[in-house]
Amino acid sequence: MSKSGTILYLDGVSVSFDGFRAINNLSLVLDKGEMRAIIGPNGAGKTTMMDIVTGKTRPDTGEVFFDGQTDLTRHDEAEIAMMGIGRKFQKPTVFENHSVEDNILLSLKGPRSIFPALFHKHSAEEKRRIDEIFSVIRLGDKRHDLAANLSHGQKQWLEIGMLLAQDPKLLLVDEPVAGMTDAETEETARLLKDIAKTHSVIVVEHDMHFVRELGVKVTCLHEGSVLSEGTLDFVSSDERVVEVYLGR
Amino acid sequence: MGRSAALTVLAFLLTFLAAFISPASADEAALRATIAKFAQAKNFQATESVVKELAAAGDPAVEKPLAALAEGDLYVRKSDAAVFIGRESGQAVKLADPLTGAEAGEAAKSEVTKVRVNNSLRRAIREALGSLTLGAEDPAARLAAAQTMFRTPDPDAIEALDAAIAKEGVASVKTALEQARAAAALASDLPEADKLAAIQVVAARGDRDALSLLTGFQARAEGPQKEAAAAAISTINSSLAIWAAGQNVWYGISLGSVLLLAAIGLAITFGVMGVINMAHGEMVMLGAYTTYVVQNVIRTSAPNLFDWSLAIALPLAFLVAAAVGFAIERGIIRFLYGRPLETLLATWGVSLILQQAVRTVFGPTNREVGNPSWMSGAFELGQLSITWNRLWILCFALAVFFVLLFVMKKTPWGLQMRAVTANRRMASSMGIRTPWVDALTFALGSGIAGIAGVALSQIDNVSPNLGQGYIIDSFMVVVFGGVGNLWGTLVGAFSLGVLNKFLEPYAGAVLGKILVLVLIILFIQKRPRGLFALKGRAVEA
Amino acid sequence: MISGKFFAAGADRRIAITIAILVAVAIVVPILNLALPPDSALHVPSYMVALTGKYLCYALLALSLDLVWGYCGILSLGHGAFFALGGYAMGMYLMRQIGDRGVYGNPLLPDFMVFLNYKELPWFWHGFDQFWFAALMVMLVPGLLAFVFGWFAFRSRVTGVYLSIITQAMTYALLLAFFRNDMGLGGNNGLTDFKDIFGFSVQANTTRSALFAASALALALGVFVTWRIVGSKYGKLLMAVRDAESRTRFLGWRAENVKLFAFTLSAVMAGIAGALYVPQVGIINPGEFDPANSIEVVVWTAVGGRATIVGPIVGALLVNAGKSWFTGALPELWLFALGGLFVAVTLFLPKGIVGTWDQWRARSRHRAAPDEADGDAGSEEEVVVRVEPRPAAQLKPPHGGLAPQPAE
Repeated sequence: MSKSGTILYLDGVSVSFDGFRAINNLSLVLDKGEMRAIIGPNGAGKTTMMDIVTGKTRPDTGEVFFDGQTDLTRHDEAEIAMMGIGRKFQKPTVFENHSVEDNILLSLKGPRSIFPALFHKHSAEEKRRIDEIFSVIRLGDKRHDLAANLSHGQKQWLEIGMLLAQDPKLLLVDEPVAGMTDAETEETARLLKDIAKTHSVIVVEHDMHFVRELGVKVTCLHEGSVLSEGTLDFVSSDERVVEVYLGR
Repeated sequence: MGRSAALTVLAFLLTFLAAFISPASADEAALRATIAKFAQAKNFQATESVVKELAAAGDPAVEKPLAALAEGDLYVRKSDAAVFIGRESGQAVKLADPLTGAEAGEAAKSEVTKVRVNNSLRRAIREALGSLTLGAEDPAARLAAAQTMFRTPDPDAIEALDAAIAKEGVASVKTALEQARAAAALASDLPEADKLAAIQVVAARGDRDALSLLTGFQARAEGPQKEAAAAAISTINSSLAIWAAGQNVWYGISLGSVLLLAAIGLAITFGVMGVINMAHGEMVMLGAYTTYVVQNVIRTSAPNLFDWSLAIALPLAFLVAAAVGFAIERGIIRFLYGRPLETLLATWGVSLILQQAVRTVFGPTNREVGNPSWMSGAFELGQLSITWNRLWILCFALAVFFVLLFVMKKTPWGLQMRAVTANRRMASSMGIRTPWVDALTFALGSGIAGIAGVALSQIDNVSPNLGQGYIIDSFMVVVFGGVGNLWGTLVGAFSLGVLNKFLEPYAGAVLGKILVLVLIILFIQKRPRGLFALKGRAVEA
Repeated sequence: MISGKFFAAGADRRIAITIAILVAVAIVVPILNLALPPDSALHVPSYMVALTGKYLCYALLALSLDLVWGYCGILSLGHGAFFALGGYAMGMYLMRQIGDRGVYGNPLLPDFMVFLNYKELPWFWHGFDQFWFAALMVMLVPGLLAFVFGWFAFRSRVTGVYLSIITQAMTYALLLAFFRNDMGLGGNNGLTDFKDIFGFSVQANTTRSALFAASALALALGVFVTWRIVGSKYGKLLMAVRDAESRTRFLGWRAENVKLFAFTLSAVMAGIAGALYVPQVGIINPGEFDPANSIEVVVWTAVGGRATIVGPIVGALLVNAGKSWFTGALPELWLFALGGLFVAVTLFLPKGIVGTWDQWRARSRHRAAPDEADGDAGSEEEVVVRVEPRPAAQLKPPHGGLAPQPAE
């Protein structure tokens, strides 16, 4: 397999914790501009895979390349984030003691060193970007509220907003619609499809309805490796997938 | 004095001695005649020749007058030139028969003259006594004699030693005799081959005495003898260095056992429960004060039980510290679960209160806690000197550790404890009464600190500040070993103890401790989760 | 619903008032001490000037701790070490100022060195005869120690209790080191018997008043700097690291650098506090490195209220005033009181005095204007009706139980 033209390239990746193999010889390739949905039962290694890509966990063996050339195993979280990989967590993680606007402000793409932050002044450009993001995530009226006071679904949206503010090349989105109403779920699917026009995206989700809505290639993980890959119809008709996941 | 079988053995030996030095008989009358010559001896030389004559008689009975002479207790009565052992009492001297020691009345000081001794005479007497006791019945006495002769080698004693070696049945005494003979051979004008063999024998002894003997020999020897001595000296030096290292290891293990005792309760409360208890040291202190109180009660009401005081104090100290721990958990810590920094502050406050309470009740000064007889003293193991109290504390620390390990791994209670630690809510929904388990676990950890206090009262000052000296070290041990891992605590305690003692000779005690702290700080940077870290997602949560 | 902006406005006003009070005190107290006759009702006695000056140094130390603990979640149990290092740097300057007026009359070597048979001045004592150099060292030494220590600690992601314990070990190691005579810093006795500073006698009332004013102004500056930092984007980042460190990493921030800057700056502030403290109390000895001292600073900050700028100042002044009273009136009870304070604050007043006051005011304000607040909430509901979440019970910890709360 060639790495060129890929945004994310995992080959033969394994990692174990105290003898437990969380990821087992996983290979996965994402092309530039592609959106991929990843499904799989609990413990299939979805979150661990994201941990590896974002530098939180080092793989025991295997190659992880970003943008066809950068070896991600040599970099830490902050460096990887600066390269352009953004992540939304399964459990929405926002800065609860900050206002919604400050959450976005801290995520905005820009220099990440101490002194610029210390002497930072709001620029018009920044304000325009923030307004733009608020118009997408529709939390404009909550701008000055503490993030802690947001509902679960609103926090999900805020986190998506933070992702947008980072303007990454690759988005890793972990269970974006957990805790959302059907209407919100549809809205999120529309938003993600919108984002996918200009970005590469990996979405991990349990909600089959939502995955169908996305209408993209699906990878099913099981016990740390790829069980099946293809269209949702193909994957969901795969007997092994039915056995481990859908048919349980 | 009855003659026993051993004396016939002695008589055999004496024939050699007699042949060599001067004709003499072991007859009591002859001895008395010889002793009487002290009265005529006008100078030290004359006295010395009398001493030699007495020694040559080879009768153990001469030990008394010779020992008295060495002490300056041998007197001559002016009126009849009779010789007595005397003991001054006021203006008079109490007299005793020189051979039997039977009382023989008193004399005024002016009526007797002391047989005067000087240092060279004392040495002569010591040597004479040494060769005399070579034939003693008690192997310990023979051994002591051989050691004395090793330290004061005398070429003239070689024959006597050879005879003794030939007859000796106890292996350790025989070795000592051979070494004494070798020492004498080095001082003699025997041929080179004998001396070279002697060097090997002395070198095999390998202690400081052998070293000084050989060093002295090397200074006056020449040629191959000098070389052999030099080689032997370097062998001894390196073996002594190994022993010194061994002694350091022992000191380190001993310190490690103290650290283990102090840290082991913390391994439960901090390591297993994740509660940071800054009052842990005060639990140790409470245990030590419990020992003090128990000993006080025993001293006043049942002094014959004193040797049992620690055994009585152990359960009481456990209960006292566990009760206080239980109260702290129920009263304070349970409101602070999941807020480790607040727990740290609150328990620090508790530690201040406990210290001040003890200071108010018992006073700010050190309290005396005695060692029972079985914990006093020391013994030698090769070149190592090992004190009993340190050895007992080591055994005790290990016993506590393994009992605790058993409780944690093999009992239902231990299982519940670990379940609650792993997942509180899950354990709770499985029907485990988590608050109860929390309280008891904390009480257990505190109680163990209490019994550590009993042990530490034996080697440390019992004062209100006792605990503070241990708290930082204990945390270092637990963190270094890896939190949540009892084995890690064990390894951590002993490796820190040994490291500390090995740094001390080079850096001094204080700087050594600082170095250890710095090393731990650096180590924690490298492995934030300790020596035996748990890996995986659960840890990072 | 109280908006974040309102809090900010309230806090800003309070800080402006605090700074104003400190500046006023720096001017007025020396005048009341020096210009008024001792029998005047408004005369401030000299011992009060010295005592309060000491408290102000403590307050600056507590404020420096608040910057790292309150705003960044680093509970340092070793801030006393930075304070003491600053103090030693100042003490070395004051020692050199003694010149040949010491007991032994040696123009170069301080008394303790003559006593310990030093032949020449140790290398690290050079330069301390110049105030500018000493002043530089007051900031540089604690700052450098904090930088190196923090660089290692934050890089290897030592956090929470572990970090607290190794900071405690750090100050403990320094305590042991400074007790040694061959450190060349006076060993057990430390540095004392100071004569003068800038050529003015340290005993003189005018000097004491000047030192008091300097302490008050330094504290005012500290408040100002902390306030500006906390209000900046960096300050927001600092709190973000406190609340969700790994999240900031995934946003591309180097959390270790964020912490390192605050830790170093805080150590410099503590060093300055120590430097102002030493000439006012006339001695610096290794006892200042005692871990118990550092942890006492934590309780000042906790009592006043962490993550508030005014809180640590209030806490330091109150607790130390209490300490002075207790050690005078009921010395044997002071440790009971201090221990009880630790327990009481963590159990009943986790936000401290200022934090609790804010909370109470916010609540009473909320109660005073219920209609407005309800109206607000109602209108918001209409707008956000589309994104109202369905109940997600499993995501919220049950109330009242022993469920672990997020570690601070």
